Amino acid sequence: MKIAVLSGKGGTGKTLVSVNLASAAKASIYIDCDVEEPNGHLFFKPSNIKEEIVAVKIPFADKALCTGCRKCVDFCRFNALAYAGGQLKVFENICHSCGGCVLVCPENALTEKERTVGIIQKGESGNVSLYSGFLNPGEPSGVPIIKKMIHDNNLKRASLTFIDCPPGSACIVMESIKDADYCVLVAEPTIFGAHNLNMVYELVKLFGKPFGVILNKCLDGENPSQKFCEEQDIEIIGRIYYDNELGTLNSNAKIAVRESEKYKTMFASLLQSVMREARHGTTVNPKR
Amino acid sequence: MVQLLILSGKGGTGKTTVAGAFIELSAAKAYGDCDVDAPNLHLIMPQQTDAVKSDFYGLPKAGIDTGLCVRCDFCRQSCRFDAIDNDNDYTVNPFACEGCGVCEYVCPAGAITMNPAVSGELILYTNNSVFSTAHLKMGSGNSGKLVSEVKKQMLSAAANAEFAVVDGSPGIGCPVIASISGADMVLIVAEPSVSGISDVKRIVETSKSFGVQLALCINKYDINMTNTQSIEAYCIKAGIDFVGKIPFDPQAVEAVNSGKNITDFDCLAGRAVREVYSRTVQLLMAGEKGVKYAHKGIG
Amino acid sequence: MKIALPVNEKNMESTVCISFGRTPYFLIYDTKTKAAEYIDNSAAASQGGAGIKASQMIVDHKADAVMTPRCGENAAEVLQAAHIKIYKTNGDSIRDNIDAFETGKLPLLDEIHAGFHNHGGQ
Repeated sequence: MKIAVLSGKGGTGKTLVSVNLASAAKASIYIDCDVEEPNGHLFFKPSNIKEEIVAVKIPFADKALCTGCRKCVDFCRFNALAYAGGQLKVFENICHSCGGCVLVCPENALTEKERTVGIIQKGESGNVSLYSGFLNPGEPSGVPIIKKMIHDNNLKRASLTFIDCPPGSACIVMESIKDADYCVLVAEPTIFGAHNLNMVYELVKLFGKPFGVILNKCLDGENPSQKFCEEQDIEIIGRIYYDNELGTLNSNAKIAVRESEKYKTMFASLLQSVMREARHGTTVNPKR
Repeated sequence: MVQLLILSGKGGTGKTTVAGAFIELSAAKAYGDCDVDAPNLHLIMPQQTDAVKSDFYGLPKAGIDTGLCVRCDFCRQSCRFDAIDNDNDYTVNPFACEGCGVCEYVCPAGAITMNPAVSGELILYTNNSVFSTAHLKMGSGNSGKLVSEVKKQMLSAAANAEFAVVDGSPGIGCPVIASISGADMVLIVAEPSVSGISDVKRIVETSKSFGVQLALCINKYDINMTNTQSIEAYCIKAGIDFVGKIPFDPQAVEAVNSGKNITDFDCLAGRAVREVYSRTVQLLMAGEKGVKYAHKGIG
Repeated sequence: MKIALPVNEKNMESTVCISFGRTPYFLIYDTKTKAAEYIDNSAAASQGGAGIKASQMIVDHKADAVMTPRCGENAAEVLQAAHIKIYKTNGDSIRDNIDAFETGKLPLLDEIHAGFHNHGGQ
């Protein structure tokens, strides 16, 4: 069972929720898909770390075979190629690795080399196996790293997996939830939170994913996100109340479940609710 | 025009709240929201006029004419982005398609065409000041290009404005990189958590590689004094100008929730952000471009 | 000698465009024959890599030099590979800049700005 935790807005508690739910389970896998700013590993402090490089394919020309016909330059829709001074120039940051130039070259002068965009760290932390993706600063897209982590885990369908998603609803988020069985949307009680909850709500609906909401940092007074859920008839799986102690533990990168019985009980109960909804959701709404 | 960009690395640290305060305090004639994925600035900056909206076209998307399709499977095999499904008819998944044109090239039946695709919307408000923003259609890529369009739109609608405040997006990827272009200074809003510190380092590394002047402030500093001290020490070590700290303030949360600015009334956060603002402006004015505008008395 | 400038309109009395990659037109001016040719800049509509596409066009038109207010890293790389010199314009009058070039008063452009993953252009 793969459960994606997303929120639309940053700082609402995706990592708090996914890290603690993963820890509350008997055994689970945690995948940190926020490869631009990964935080899960700071909480889990994994051991037994194995690293793997993630690379994309970039073309290069064999000067001996290249005739300067420019078919590749003309084909590239991203303008990543130019022919000047008698040689082909490849702009690696712009190349999307589509392989088109290699296909169109009439002289077979183009081959592909690998260019590192980031790494994946696999590690262990008690009952949790983690996968953390790290995008190299300066690189524009974390999609290849997320793809690899999710793909590597496809074989482990039987395990309970929590996917900590990036904020927003753009291509990196889509990539993270693509194979999820159930989505947990975490929302904070602000108008920004409700506004962005709306966005990921649209996204999970579009992808036909069963989902439910966890309201985090709940305070007295009006909760715009709760109001949104009520208006849209969205299932609220659980609530986490604003709690100084929890906030402090979290800001010190401590896993609440592992620090105190109180939070262990709280998240165990939340986990039960999530699992119940997830099982119900996936039977009612079986994945295509 | 002097451009100040507000970034954080980590989400939820208070970029938009600080940006809103800065816009009020500076009476900036131009401001923009470059968090095109999840724009929020409009929620606390009420506008008097209607918006002018225009479609934003991303890269074209492939489309398959099933009438011409011979089901040879070349397209699906050649697609590096897993964007072609063959569950029933061969169809292109528009969310995965990157518009590279390889499928169109390999199709032996001429069944594939590349079609223009709207991937977002540019929004412009022009009244007393210019507010440029946009919304990326969900699941889209090309956010960097849309960010550039937001800036371009802001610049062309407010060519005479002296000072612009730009609210950035979380992360360190494409949209952030695009927003750094043209910025005279980046103000990082950090939060005192281990995650926040880790994320600050990554955004600093990203920003430094583009050679832009950096400043940093801490928001909600009193939720963890130890971490606050770590960040201040880090700034000294990394040579980043530290421009102040803002306390966690429940009144600020209330303000934002009612669509107000934290400078609209007297509160702890509001007072603190004024100090952060004046220190930031001082630094900006001392910078190369700032000297040109200093006499015009921004802030 | 052929020089290329990014221009806002197709006439000599117009102004130099602030952007190289996304200028609407390029003026190709022959200093010997005084002939002026205007080409549409197809790179302006590009999603990305506009500087690269624009400079490829300049290379293909066999310009010897380029005059521009600013130039990005990627475009500069292409131009430099083709041994095309890049000069920095002063003010936005096309005529004034051509005159300055012909009298040797235009400096070379040495502040090439870093690439912004092809989303640069302020």
